[in-house]
Amino acid sequence: MEYEPVIGLEVHAQLLTRSKIFCGCSTLFGADANTHTCPVCTGLPGSLPVLNKKVVEFTVRAALATQCRIAPYSQFARKNYFYPDLPKGYQISQYELPLSTDGHVEIQVDGKKKRIGLIRIHMEEDAGKLIHDLSSDRGASSYVDFNRTGVPLIEIVSAPDLQSPEEAGAYLRKLRAILMFLDICDGNMEEGSFRCDANISLRPKGQKAFGVKTELKNMNSFRNVQKALDYEIRRQTALLDQGDKVIQETRLWDAARGMTASMRGKEEAHDYRYFPDPDLVPLVIDPSWVEKIRAGLPELPEQKKDRFVRDYGIPEYDAEILTSSKALANYYEGCLKIYDQPKIISNWIMSELLRELKRDEREIEECPVPAANLAEMLKMIDEGVISGKIAKSVFEDMYRTGKRAQEIVREKGLVQVTDTSAIEKAIDQVLAANPSEVEAYRKGKDKLFGFFVGQVMKATQGKANPQLVNELLKKKL
Amino acid sequence: MDQNQKRRPEGKIDDPVWMGRISLSNSDSGLPHPERSCQIWLVLHSAIRNPQLEGAGMKLYEMTTHQLHDLLSRKEITSRELTGSVLKRIEELEGRIHAYITLTPEMALEQAAAADLRIQKGEAGPLTGIPLALKDVICTRGLRTTCGSHILDNFIPPYDATVTEKLRAAGAVFVGKTNMDEFAMGSSTENSAFGPSRNPWDTQRIPGGSSGGSAAAVAADECIASLGSDTGGSIRQPAACCGVVGMKPTYGRVSRYGLVAFASSLDQIGPFSKDVRDTALVLNAICGHEPRDSTSVDLPVPDYTRALEGDVRGMVLGVPRENSGQGIDPQVAESVREAIEVLKKLGAKTVEVSLPHSAYALAVYYIIAPCEASSNLARYDGVKYGFRAKGTQDLLDMYQETRWQGFGAEVKRRIMLGTYALSAGYYDAYYLKASRVRTLIRQDFEKAFEKCDAIVLPTAPTPAFKIGEKVDDPLQMYLSDILTIPCNLAGLPGLSLPCGFSREGLPIGLQILGNLFQEERVLRVAHAFERNTDHHRQKPKL
Repeated sequence: MEYEPVIGLEVHAQLLTRSKIFCGCSTLFGADANTHTCPVCTGLPGSLPVLNKKVVEFTVRAALATQCRIAPYSQFARKNYFYPDLPKGYQISQYELPLSTDGHVEIQVDGKKKRIGLIRIHMEEDAGKLIHDLSSDRGASSYVDFNRTGVPLIEIVSAPDLQSPEEAGAYLRKLRAILMFLDICDGNMEEGSFRCDANISLRPKGQKAFGVKTELKNMNSFRNVQKALDYEIRRQTALLDQGDKVIQETRLWDAARGMTASMRGKEEAHDYRYFPDPDLVPLVIDPSWVEKIRAGLPELPEQKKDRFVRDYGIPEYDAEILTSSKALANYYEGCLKIYDQPKIISNWIMSELLRELKRDEREIEECPVPAANLAEMLKMIDEGVISGKIAKSVFEDMYRTGKRAQEIVREKGLVQVTDTSAIEKAIDQVLAANPSEVEAYRKGKDKLFGFFVGQVMKATQGKANPQLVNELLKKKL
Repeated sequence: MDQNQKRRPEGKIDDPVWMGRISLSNSDSGLPHPERSCQIWLVLHSAIRNPQLEGAGMKLYEMTTHQLHDLLSRKEITSRELTGSVLKRIEELEGRIHAYITLTPEMALEQAAAADLRIQKGEAGPLTGIPLALKDVICTRGLRTTCGSHILDNFIPPYDATVTEKLRAAGAVFVGKTNMDEFAMGSSTENSAFGPSRNPWDTQRIPGGSSGGSAAAVAADECIASLGSDTGGSIRQPAACCGVVGMKPTYGRVSRYGLVAFASSLDQIGPFSKDVRDTALVLNAICGHEPRDSTSVDLPVPDYTRALEGDVRGMVLGVPRENSGQGIDPQVAESVREAIEVLKKLGAKTVEVSLPHSAYALAVYYIIAPCEASSNLARYDGVKYGFRAKGTQDLLDMYQETRWQGFGAEVKRRIMLGTYALSAGYYDAYYLKASRVRTLIRQDFEKAFEKCDAIVLPTAPTPAFKIGEKVDDPLQMYLSDILTIPCNLAGLPGLSLPCGFSREGLPIGLQILGNLFQEERVLRVAHAFERNTDHHRQKPKL
């Protein structure tokens, strides 16, 4: 039977506030263990939480950017469970009355646009980190680092609107871009500042009712999210085809083995015993404050894309890619400031630059070629200093060494040959060395023209100006 | 219960050497140091004599804060003399009363010396140099805070509660941390892991609870005033049992920062004292908005002593129709009736008010308080501080054994009640329903206060009962708080003061409730009554 996947994603994004959600401790990543802690975030008896206003502001930004409704009255709730990284024995989160609900983001897959619903965005605190040492002097030991405890998170819950791993990937990339455009999350998946759990079920194509879902955890990259969903679709399909049932459970993605494995079943699912946190008063949002935040929102990916198409006349496909991250969009516009050829820049970024970055698994922020340097090099092509072909190798050198184009061209003597006498000399040599081809060409074999061009370029080590070569060759033949 | 009894360090509790040792906050050795402690006591014996005052017939430790402040300001006594007098009193009586879990004589004398300097410079406030005691649920930096529980018996907070900070800033002297029912759950202090406190009026009886140690310490003159916490009557009921004044301010009036939480939406810190003026003085020192407690209310704090200037002429006192009889000891009912007559003679009018939903208050309380407690007490898991069970197999085993061994029976009972009531499928029927009834109880009071300035009723249904009398019957124990709980559910201010004695010579308390943030009216009624009676001047024969 043919099945249709139904996928919903829960994203946890760390907010880029300077201090934690309920105390004044720093949120900086990478400090010595338990140095960014205080009585509040370590849950000492008698300590009380006080909400960081910046967290609310950032969450409102996220909600506005995703067309969510902001609740005028929301509430924090306690999610109760025992774990050593949770010092109070409960996580302060939101449950019945979240800050925002009912939004959406637009994605594009295979040229098709789709709107993905958001059920809610709520605020909560992060837990600490456990470090396990199996070979300590005292035998296997576990250590707790509370630096991360109380770092603000938003949880963004999508509607079950995603129908393929590709759509899930597109949704995650778009959501991450939005949060990064808003300057409220650094989007770093390895450091855990952007995490994703997935719910997935299958149903026979055309059926309305949902099938039994599994929840997937432990996927620390977009690629792993897609792989885990792919795997899970195959696994559930096989089960259903055999007439077996999918069991509702939580499964962990094992990236090394490329498979998911059961973590806990429905019976073992926690009963979190949510109830309103009596230590925090209900949160009442002033609509005029929301409007102030809205007025201060930066240009978002969707708006930027439209502007690129409109103002720079590039195809929507290009604009979509160039606005997939704020840094890339900035890079593109950085080039444009120096070299006013939007499509040429776009071509170079999408082909040469992104290929290099992808091969090295680097982000645009780590690109060794500054935007200005790329623009300068493109200008040199226009000015005839180097040929388009040479430019590609010059760019590779720029990427490898971080040097500017002028420097590389000078060092390697790559300046384009525009001296007609030198080119004529090379042409004469080529024609003299290939009398039979000359003969054939003159008898009407036009196709051989390309052969002569190639030979001349070869003789000049690619430095000859191709336009001049064409002109002079035609004359001589 | 059996486990409780076994692990109680019974032998140590009545041993002043041990108490002195524990209190050495600046101790340079972690080991017991009996010699040093004995020296402290020797110093005390020589410090406490003040022939002038003894000639006047009143011991320093018997006096009130405002009397002592006058003596200190006039330089007739020093805080060291006063503190010495109180420490001597503790030394004499503590073996019989057991009001304290931890005594801090050395720290007290240091603070007294600092207070004397301040007084010398003419910078003394009303509490400067006054020996006070703190319920052991209030965090004290560097000084262990046990909550009366084995699970925290080695917990030394790295920070002060807001009230501790405020009293330190006021120059108060801390003589110790008082005994209490474990995590403030109880009405008799019998649930303390450190053994029960005793009622100074009859040491066979309970001092009330959960702040029984704080009440007994004031009644026995083992401190001048003290702080307790009140979640369902834990200040007012022991104040009634011990014949002292005890007050729970409006929820949000006093910062809860550093008060170890039992039920966060109900807990409030308040004073015990020997008279109403002292209550006002301590309130002045501890009330006020504080940003570290989100439930703390940002309203200006009046000078509460100003409320003592007025009288009750023209005030309307509400008498609840529902509290007139059933379950209330006739002697208690009679004393309260007489007290109301006194207030009427002083010019107050009375009006009957109705609080129909108070009938459900006990049930509502025993849903909401355990629900919050089950979550508040989850942090005592053996991972970070406090007691951890030894020899356990894995994480789950460690959690279970630590909590099983670390908590007493009543605490475990309430954690189970709360966990059950919050569980999936029960939440709506219990927690949600209780929250709704709580709103109805609050609305009853709103309506009642449209008709009156304050409500008067008994504090506890009976005078202090015998130790052991109700330990095996939790429901009977819970009923001790039936008259105090509605006030917590509505967040109102409430005060108990002595209004008579039973035939056995046990104190009886009159409870006065005010509308939200109307502590002043409550104090005015209380003070008018006190000025015209002498119940508060009676002292237990010890």
